[in-house]
Amino acid sequence: MRFRNIGLGIISALALTASQGLAHARGDIVVAMQLEPPHLDPTSAAAGAIDSVLYANVFEGLTRFGPDGSVNPGLAASWDISADGKTYTFTLQDGVKFHDGTDLTSEDVKFSLDRARSDDSQNAQKALFAGIEAVEAVDPLTVKVTLKEPNGNFLFNLAWGDAVIVAPESIGGIKSAPVGTGAFKFANWVQGDRIDLEKNPDYWGTAAKLDKVTFKFISDPTAAFAAVMAEDVNAFVGFPAPENLPQFEADPRFQVLVGSTEGETILAINNKLPPLDNVKVREAIAHAVDRQAIIDGAMFGYGTPIGTHFAPHNRDYVDLTEKSQYDPELSKKLLAEAGYAEGFSTTLKLPPPSYARRGGEIIASQLRAVGIQTEISNLEWAQWLEQVFKGKDFGLTIVSHTEPMDIGIYARPDYYFQYDNPDFQKLFEDLSAENDPDKRSALLKQAQETIAGDYVNGFLFQLAFPTIADARIRGLWMNQPTQATDLTAAYWVD
Amino acid sequence: MLQYFLKRLLSLALSLVAASVVIFLTLEVVPGDPAAYMLGLNAQEDTLAALREELGLGGTLVQRYVSWFGGLLVGDFGTSYTYRTPVADMIGDRLWVSLPLALYALALSTLIAFPAGIFAASRRGTKADAAVMGVTQLGVAIPNFWFAMLMVLVFAINLRWFSAGGFPGWNAGFFPAMKALTLPAIALALPQASILTRVMRSSLLDTLNEDFIRTARAKGLTRGQALWRHAVRNALIPVLTILGLQFSFLLAGAIIIENVFFLPGLGRLVFQSISARDLIVVESVVMLLVFAVILVNFAVDMAYAWVDPRLRGRR
Amino acid sequence: MASFFHSRTLLPGAILTLIFSGAALISLFWVPYDTTVLDIANRLKPPSWMHPFGTDQFGRDILSMIMVGARTSIAVALVAVGIGMLAGVPLGLAAAAGKGGLPDEVIMRGNDLVFAFPSLLIAVMITAVFGASALNAIIAIGIFNIPVFARLTRGAALSLWNREYILAAKVAGKGRARISLEHILPNVANLLIVQGTIQFSLGILAEAGLSYVGLGAQPPLASWGRMLADSQTMISLAPHLALFPGLAILLTVLGLNLLGDGLRDLLDPKLRRARV
Repeated sequence: MRFRNIGLGIISALALTASQGLAHARGDIVVAMQLEPPHLDPTSAAAGAIDSVLYANVFEGLTRFGPDGSVNPGLAASWDISADGKTYTFTLQDGVKFHDGTDLTSEDVKFSLDRARSDDSQNAQKALFAGIEAVEAVDPLTVKVTLKEPNGNFLFNLAWGDAVIVAPESIGGIKSAPVGTGAFKFANWVQGDRIDLEKNPDYWGTAAKLDKVTFKFISDPTAAFAAVMAEDVNAFVGFPAPENLPQFEADPRFQVLVGSTEGETILAINNKLPPLDNVKVREAIAHAVDRQAIIDGAMFGYGTPIGTHFAPHNRDYVDLTEKSQYDPELSKKLLAEAGYAEGFSTTLKLPPPSYARRGGEIIASQLRAVGIQTEISNLEWAQWLEQVFKGKDFGLTIVSHTEPMDIGIYARPDYYFQYDNPDFQKLFEDLSAENDPDKRSALLKQAQETIAGDYVNGFLFQLAFPTIADARIRGLWMNQPTQATDLTAAYWVD
Repeated sequence: MLQYFLKRLLSLALSLVAASVVIFLTLEVVPGDPAAYMLGLNAQEDTLAALREELGLGGTLVQRYVSWFGGLLVGDFGTSYTYRTPVADMIGDRLWVSLPLALYALALSTLIAFPAGIFAASRRGTKADAAVMGVTQLGVAIPNFWFAMLMVLVFAINLRWFSAGGFPGWNAGFFPAMKALTLPAIALALPQASILTRVMRSSLLDTLNEDFIRTARAKGLTRGQALWRHAVRNALIPVLTILGLQFSFLLAGAIIIENVFFLPGLGRLVFQSISARDLIVVESVVMLLVFAVILVNFAVDMAYAWVDPRLRGRR
Repeated sequence: MASFFHSRTLLPGAILTLIFSGAALISLFWVPYDTTVLDIANRLKPPSWMHPFGTDQFGRDILSMIMVGARTSIAVALVAVGIGMLAGVPLGLAAAAGKGGLPDEVIMRGNDLVFAFPSLLIAVMITAVFGASALNAIIAIGIFNIPVFARLTRGAALSLWNREYILAAKVAGKGRARISLEHILPNVANLLIVQGTIQFSLGILAEAGLSYVGLGAQPPLASWGRMLADSQTMISLAPHLALFPGLAILLTVLGLNLLGDGLRDLLDPKLRRARV
């Protein structure tokens, strides 16, 4: 971990000299993305757009994700973990200043963590902090966190955007004027259009190479295409229309980076709703679905097929796509065995993203081919949350689960797809208590196999993350281990 | 006149109250929890409750209506659930896009329609007249969002004369801002201009048949002179009415066109807020748009009554 | 009948209208390709002999989609006009019969109120409550049509109430409701047919607009507006996707407008001023 950081440092130092050698390396960048943040407090909303703008750029946590998903030191320069695994003692970076000029101290860390886990907390990922027993500011640069139980994921949890360190005096205005410790300072927000950041000259770490960053919000895919083509924007992260990527790839003005995400895209099945409570019926659905046709038709070929709820780039991933091979004949046979030779009809509720809307039309047509009729309804997110996620009033739905390492949702019987398997729940309890990496790995593999064998959901593909950028930009993240657009290492070449 | 004015003013006020009740009741039954939308899939029940508390989503229906409408009367539009900024500020910002766009489109359509209508009327029955009328038939029939898409394809993607959308803000200068509004304004103006041209033409032709024009012509004015000196002014009344009526269509059209060109205007605000269940914003924006329509119709009525006193008794 | 063929607008209008309503009717029994079956391998193909209008992003035949879409558009617009007439005409008749009284005032104020809501806002609010569907598009457009017909009926009826034969009927002891039905309604029928054609064409445009922003018909039901919305990101890749549905809307609306103009001239030359 340390080695990697040094390595990165050398690379960026080289890059710095290289760019200084040129007379005028460009110092500004316009980066477009689809969604605009509703406000600018990453610690009190689920909106990924907030992290996409602010994570690593403006706000930092004790630890931080690297571009490959590894957990690196952030504001904590180092830490000690007690032998029982319950006490973490963090040593903070020296000389860190918030953008308002105040020093970062252990009190700020204590404030931030206590705020996230308080009774009236509005943190969307409050569960990340549930295991904290106490936070103690030992001296200005030392923080001691005591956990109720040992938690192998604690450093990982602290790297989330929901766990960044905020300045207590800035809370009143954090939603419109965020004050962080990052390499960029918040400058301006024109609602409905853009957010400007500027370089933080007093940054404690390696200074950013860009002087000014503008995030522009373009929700419409057509407009996104036109804006990139017209070079109104220098980069578009999370480009929404995969059908346009070949055109960009063919154009020497642009570079196209197609990275991976933590987004398992699934055809979620209501496991409690007859006839979908019958495992044979779910298996029939799994075999009726042609993943490749969906990836081609909805994502124009961008996406990795998955056979279980796990990210393929994870080292513990098991390829189980064979278990649910496309086989409409087998599907019909299974339906007949389950007593539905004539098929049945159910609902297919689709949230707004194009993977769901397009994928939904394709899946509906594939299911129709084996006799399953679906009634499609296109929902907005608020309606989807109300009807599907909360009300569990659905037969099928398509959604991408973008949280990292979220196979644990299958151990929650009240979760919206209502998979209730005591064996799996037991398995997951064992996993939480297990600290041995090899045993953890074995348990994780077993978990993947269990849900694939129960055909809990239709496992479709891992969402790809396309970034289109001017060919002269370097240092952009390709993958999305968390929602972030870390521009601290981005720069222009000629 | 004063009595008529007061009577119409009273009915204007009643319409506004009625509209506010309709809007409020409709949107209050909208399913969906803004807090759940904001906190996402992993939110815990106690976190949701804390947020709902802060947003002020409690209280009875009547209490909430009174506090909302009472606020509107004194210019307090409340605070947006998602953005947490005063709704009045958000509307104010967006109005600086929507209003110039609507006025730009109105100006364009008037500038096209008046000469075209007069031209067609003065050459009634000729090929030129038929050509103008043919073009206006197309202009009325074309879906403006499709026309907008075609313009984006030609002028933004192929020729790159304009950007495909977005708005640099008035801070970027008058001309860049107007340039960004140009394609949307043309898309909005085309159907309006077509309708106005037709109204202008037929209203001119009607006036030309009236007695005072005949008298004028008998006195030795040419057809063209009679048209310019007398008919145009008298033909303006129906044109004015249509302009007023079209305002409502202009607003509705602007909602779609703003979405095509991703302009940060009121129309996009309505769509964004409704999908985020930021209902207080939706209520206020819809109320504002309805208010604008009612007000414009009121103004047209008044202008009418002022121009033609006979109309005061009639509806 | 002679004037039918002399009118410059009636014939082309009738032909265009026949083409599209014919296409919609035929699509009930036969389309070149099934629009519910996807053929991803054959997507985005330009027009050819096999597919005269090409194929869309899922490999569906665009000609077939347009035929089915015609059905959706026509059905939505037609029912919406029906709602507007069924509710608006009686209201207009009643308002005229009780001119100056409370019912008249209430009906006309109610009209003004509905009129103040742009149709798209009505649709946005309705779909927020009930979700997007073709039915809700019909309701939104239908509500918008009610005041149009109410105003028109009232205006025309008012001028009739002063006619001598109405006065005669009054003297004969007929009630206001009966007079409205027996004498007024038949005399405004022509006017209503003409306005109905106009509202029909406006309804087609409105349906396209609603589907375009996602508030109208839902898949797999084809609709022109949604075809345009779906084509938007591929417009530089496959322009035919955006071309044909747009042309279909344009020509249908044009046909109905021409038909309306022609009908007006045919049915009642004096009504020339009634429409703008």
